[in-house]
Amino acid sequence: MFPSLIELKKYSKKDMSNLQEYRMVLLGDCATQHLAQAIRGYGYVNKLKISLLDTDYDQIIAQVMDLTSELYQYHADATILCMCVEKLYERYCKTAVELRNQFGKTEYEKIARIWETLRRNQSGKILQFNFPEADDRCFGNFGNKMNISFIRQLRELNLLLMDGAAQHKDTYIIDISFLQNLYGRKTLHDEKLYYVAKMPFSMEVLPAIAHEIVTVASVFRSRFAKCIVLDLDNTLWGGVIGDDGLEGIQIGELGLGHAFYSFQLWLKELSRRGIVLAVCSKNDEEKAKEPFLKHPEMVLRLDDIAMFVANWEDKASNIRKIQKTLNLGMDSFVFLDDNPFERNLVKSMIPEITVPELPEDPAEYVTFLQEQNLFETINFSEADAERTRQYREEAQRISMQENYLSYEEYLNNLKMEGMAKAFDKFHIPRIAQLTQRSNQFNLRTIRYSEEQIAEIASNSDYLTLYFTLRDQFGDHGLVSVVIMKREENNYFVDTWLMSCRVLKRGMEEFVMNCMVLEAGKQGAECLIGEYKKTSKNAMVEHLYEEMGFETMPDERFRLRLKDYVPKQVSILRVES
Amino acid sequence: MTRAEILSKVNDIFHDVFDDDTIEVFETTTSDDVEDWDSLMHITLISEVEAEFNFKFQMKDVVGMKNVGEMLDIIEKSMK
Repeated sequence: MFPSLIELKKYSKKDMSNLQEYRMVLLGDCATQHLAQAIRGYGYVNKLKISLLDTDYDQIIAQVMDLTSELYQYHADATILCMCVEKLYERYCKTAVELRNQFGKTEYEKIARIWETLRRNQSGKILQFNFPEADDRCFGNFGNKMNISFIRQLRELNLLLMDGAAQHKDTYIIDISFLQNLYGRKTLHDEKLYYVAKMPFSMEVLPAIAHEIVTVASVFRSRFAKCIVLDLDNTLWGGVIGDDGLEGIQIGELGLGHAFYSFQLWLKELSRRGIVLAVCSKNDEEKAKEPFLKHPEMVLRLDDIAMFVANWEDKASNIRKIQKTLNLGMDSFVFLDDNPFERNLVKSMIPEITVPELPEDPAEYVTFLQEQNLFETINFSEADAERTRQYREEAQRISMQENYLSYEEYLNNLKMEGMAKAFDKFHIPRIAQLTQRSNQFNLRTIRYSEEQIAEIASNSDYLTLYFTLRDQFGDHGLVSVVIMKREENNYFVDTWLMSCRVLKRGMEEFVMNCMVLEAGKQGAECLIGEYKKTSKNAMVEHLYEEMGFETMPDERFRLRLKDYVPKQVSILRVES
Repeated sequence: MTRAEILSKVNDIFHDVFDDDTIEVFETTTSDDVEDWDSLMHITLISEVEAEFNFKFQMKDVVGMKNVGEMLDIIEKSMK
C-alpha cells in the first residue's frame, strides 16, 4: 500500500526545490536514521519538502535542555519525539516495586516537562509518539488485574498522553499503538534490529510511520480532505438499484449487506466530523434516491448528502459540477467508486482528486480506507458538524436562483441578515480554524492559532470583526473574519478572509461598509490594505481596487474614510 | 535454486539498495569493496534479502557475516 523503504530513500534524494517546505527535527531515545530517510522520502510523495534534522542517538534531554542546541537553531515547524517502549520497559524494571503503581504517571510527567520546555523556548508543534503495547507477561492475563503490572502502567501512560495532548495546544500524538494494532507486533518490531542497531521499528513498518507523520505535516500546510463523492451501486449498497430494485439491493445487518451497512455507518461518522458527502451515480435520479427515502436499513438519508447527482453523463464532468457548486478545492475531494474503470477515468481527467483504489471485496472497504488515514485533522469545532447541512442549504439556494429573472430580485428575496461583532471567547476556535482553512478569498493568508487569536482579541491595538450571515433558507454561521491593526491614524487590514460559500451576494460590500464604520468610530483616517499573492487567491487580487481604494507606490492600497460612500447591499445588519 | 541463481538475485538487490546498476558482487566481496556499504546500508541490505528469500537472519548473522559468500551460505541454509 505504501511505497517501499527503498523507493522512499530514492525519493528523499529528488529535487524538491519547488515544493512547499515543512521543517522538522527528529529526537529519539533510539536509532532514527532510517525513519528520517523514510520521512523525507514520503514528503516527496505528498509534494512536501520535509527538511528534517535527524539528531544523534539518545539526545532528547540534551537537545531540549540546551537552549543553544541544534534543535533550537533549526527553527522547526515541528519536533518529533520518538520514544521506544523497549527503553520504557527497562526503566520500569529499574523502578522499585513499591513505586511501580506511579510509573505511568511519573513517565508522563517527565514527558510533559519536555513539552513545556519546548513550548517555552520555541514555537513549533510537538509530534509525540505514543507507546505500542508490549506486555512482559510476567503475570499472564492476570497482569490486567494488577495496577503495578507493566501493561497497566503503559496503558495509563498512553491515556495520560492523550489527556495531556488535549491540554497542550501545540502537542499532537502520533498513534504508534494504533499502527501496531493494525500490523501486529511481529510486523512492527524486529527484535534483532533492536539489539543490533537500537531500532525499535522494523524496516517494513517505517513507510507506514512516515506516512502518518507526513499526513499530519500536510494538514499543518492546510492540505486536507473536505468532501467525499460517493458512487452508489456496489459502493454504498450491494447490487444495482436500477436492476435489483429496492428489495434486491443488499444493505442492512443481514448477510452481505452488513459490509455496506458498516461502510455507511462510518461515512455518517465522517459527516458528523465535518466531511461533506456528495453522490455521483450513473442512474436515473428517482431510482437512485429511492433507497435513501424508502429503504428501512439505509444509514445515510438524503439529509446527509449535500449534493445528489444522478444521471447518465460522465463522472468527471459531474464531479467538476459538484466541485463548482460546493466551491471547495478539487484537491480536497475524495472519490469512492467500486469500479476501476470509473476510478481511472476520473483520476486521469482530474489529477488533483484523491481516488483510493478500493479493494475488490466490499468487506475490506472500511479498514482499507482507515489505513489510508485520509481524514487527519488538527482541530475540530462545532461548525464542522454542521457543514453538510450548510452545503445542502446552499445547493437549495442555487436551485431557487435558477427560477428568478434578475439576480437582484433573487438576492432581495433571500432576506439576508448579517452580524458584525468584535471577536469573543466563544467564537475564537472557529475564527482560528477559518484562518487555517481559507485559501481563496483570503487577502494575506496569515494562519493563526487559537491562542494567537485570543491575544489579538484582547489587544487594544487591534480592531477585530467576525461576520455571520443567515437568510430564509438557513444560517451560514461565521463567514468572514477581519483583523485591523492600528498604525498611527490608520488601520492596516492584517486579515480579511471570507467563506467562498457566500460570494457575490453583497457580503464583500457589507463587510467593507462595516470595516469603514467601525474604523471611523475609532477616529481613524484611512484603511490600508495589502494583497499577498498565492496560487489560490487570485479571486481577490483586485478586490481593494474594486472597493474604491487607491493603489499606492508601495503596491499597498489606501482608502480615506471620509471619501467612502457606503455601498448598497441586500443584507440587513442586525445585532443578534 | 542454485548457488549461482542466489548470487544473481543478491546482486540485483545490491543494485536496488545502492541505486547503482554497475555493482557486481562475488562470494568474496566484503563491505570494504562497495562504496557506501556502511552499517546503515547493511541494515537495508539485510531487510531486502530477508524479504526476497522469505526468511529471517539471526542476530549473530547480521553482525557476523564477513562477506557475501557467508550471506549466501545462510540463505541456502534457510531453503533446506
